[in-house]
Amino acid sequence: MYRYDEFDAAMVRDRVAQFAYQVERRLKGELTEDEFKPLRLKNGLYLQLHSYMLRIAVPYGTLSARQLRKLAFIARKYDRGYGHFTTRQNLQLHWPKLVDVPEILGHLADVEMHCIQTSGNCVRNVTADQFAGAVAGELEDPRILSEIVRQWSTFHPEFNYLPRKFKIAVSGTKEDRAAVKFHDIGIEIVKNDKGETGYRVFAGGGMGRTPYVALLIGQFVAKEDILAYLEAILRVYNEYGRRDNIHKARIKILAHHLGADELRRQVEVEFAEIKKAGTLQLPAEELARIAAYFAPPAFEALSDSSPEFEAALKEKDFANWAKTNLTAHKAPGYTIATISLKNIGATPGDISSDQLDAVAQLMDDFGYDEIRVSHEQNLVLPHVRKKDLPKLFARLKELNLASANAGLITDIICCPGLDYCDLANARSIPIAQKIQERFADLERQHDLGELKIKMSGCINACGHHHAGHIGILGVDKKGVEFYQIQIGGSGAEDASVGEIMGPGFGKDEIVDAIERLVDTYVKLREGNERLLDTYRRVGMTPFKNSVYREQLHAAY
Amino acid sequence: MLTANRLRDGEVVYWRKGEWVEAYTDGEVFADPPAADAALEAAKDFVKRNIVVAPYLFDVREDGTPVKEREIIRAAGPSVRRDTGKQTHHDVSFAAPQKPKPRATGEAPDVSI
Repeated sequence: MYRYDEFDAAMVRDRVAQFAYQVERRLKGELTEDEFKPLRLKNGLYLQLHSYMLRIAVPYGTLSARQLRKLAFIARKYDRGYGHFTTRQNLQLHWPKLVDVPEILGHLADVEMHCIQTSGNCVRNVTADQFAGAVAGELEDPRILSEIVRQWSTFHPEFNYLPRKFKIAVSGTKEDRAAVKFHDIGIEIVKNDKGETGYRVFAGGGMGRTPYVALLIGQFVAKEDILAYLEAILRVYNEYGRRDNIHKARIKILAHHLGADELRRQVEVEFAEIKKAGTLQLPAEELARIAAYFAPPAFEALSDSSPEFEAALKEKDFANWAKTNLTAHKAPGYTIATISLKNIGATPGDISSDQLDAVAQLMDDFGYDEIRVSHEQNLVLPHVRKKDLPKLFARLKELNLASANAGLITDIICCPGLDYCDLANARSIPIAQKIQERFADLERQHDLGELKIKMSGCINACGHHHAGHIGILGVDKKGVEFYQIQIGGSGAEDASVGEIMGPGFGKDEIVDAIERLVDTYVKLREGNERLLDTYRRVGMTPFKNSVYREQLHAAY
Repeated sequence: MLTANRLRDGEVVYWRKGEWVEAYTDGEVFADPPAADAALEAAKDFVKRNIVVAPYLFDVREDGTPVKEREIIRAAGPSVRRDTGKQTHHDVSFAAPQKPKPRATGEAPDVSI
């Protein structure tokens, strides 16, 4: 994985010292809250419903065992012994004290971590496919470009005061696990007709109150041109993005107002200017230097079939887990293992300090260099020898981290909601937990197949409800929590925005409504159709009829 | 009632006769809107003195419980982590989870296209 050079290290240390001084001045009253707020936000520190919240950057979702241990230590010493992985692959601590944050940042710097680019109207922490560098069929590890974008965008003086936040995601495969088309800029690594690797660039995707799938802007951008091209998009946005209305300030509004052709034209004009100057061309040597950090580990020459693995498949628990939580690896004899953070009835994405330490120990014991955080709020071991799987599974079971539900109905994306968040209108976690409990039966889950429920406690859509096969949005009706259902969204390569079904349900009705929806799918599905496919074939009406039927009867 | 967060540690605090207390049940319920507005005005001095941030008023019922779910959760702590927040050391019986209604029984309705 990437290791800091002296510039990175000095930059992060300087930032810690700056923030320590800012906190000191705030406590002495030399800075007012209005003056201090933008400074703390630029260091990932929010004020939430109960307390401060610190958002720690996990660039492109990659962590080492040493970093996990440090996170465990920080959560234990300065917080309440747990943290929450987010849909942007970051880790949030819900209870830090302002006076402790400088020390926390110092501990993070010790392991090459920080909270830079986790808030404010700048280019945010870049996200990438959690299977990067491991998955079969990948053209190139998306973290190479992600790291280059991180270096280019961090503290970029021109883009420190954008109209609004700006999120970039990168994927190296045809299958999109990074939701690139729901980002301000989404990048897909592709090959052109000549067999050269380059980048397909989408812009103007987003969720929130105005969800949009991104527009295709750059069909094929050559490797050496990518920073110039990204800078061109940012310049157009920085100049024309709306600053008069926070709800219309994201690039998605500008992009869909201009349309793909006009946005592309404006970007091309800027791009030509930047290219003429020639200062942003990516030198091949620099690209190679960064790429070397992401070189895969030396894989052993293994047969793709493993007797240990095959034998373990006879055991039902293991077979269930293998069916959903393993993904084909590019090296024979290896696999990718998803560690679900979605135990039935647990808080999606939460992990305790003890579990963080235990996972770090497991990484040491099995010789894994790194672990990934997925935007679906799970952890991923990218390079697992198949022959190690039975032992690994046994260890995960001991740690209560062996749920066999990756990609299934109980693998719910869920924002913290009103239980923690100052912006939320309704709780999301208890609803996710009740849905998990309703569908806890594993056979039923497997029968339902891939089914993505995504849930947000407010219209800002941190829980990606627009991209859920089933999306749930919490709203506030005169102080009471209500839940709206959407269906037909997808954050994958077949990206689409879900359609709102109708009036919302109370917190004691929503789980029954979801069950009626799912039962309708079971009755209507053909062949191997997922719920998403069935919806796309038959439309909203039959789902709506069954979901609202009881209520309609009641109304008559 | 009037609430804010303490600057140093972020703790949620409530106003009681010119000072801040941690427990919701120790907080002062104002008799009328002018009394509430006067307290909010007085709270600005605590903001200036860097003791609290973001003070605001919220509505409570006759029995003293918050009208909005948001304030119930703020007063108690996360409803999904009863081992965290004020609920671990203050009386927050008003925030006790309500009994869910029994689940509707009967067959799933037929599906028509």
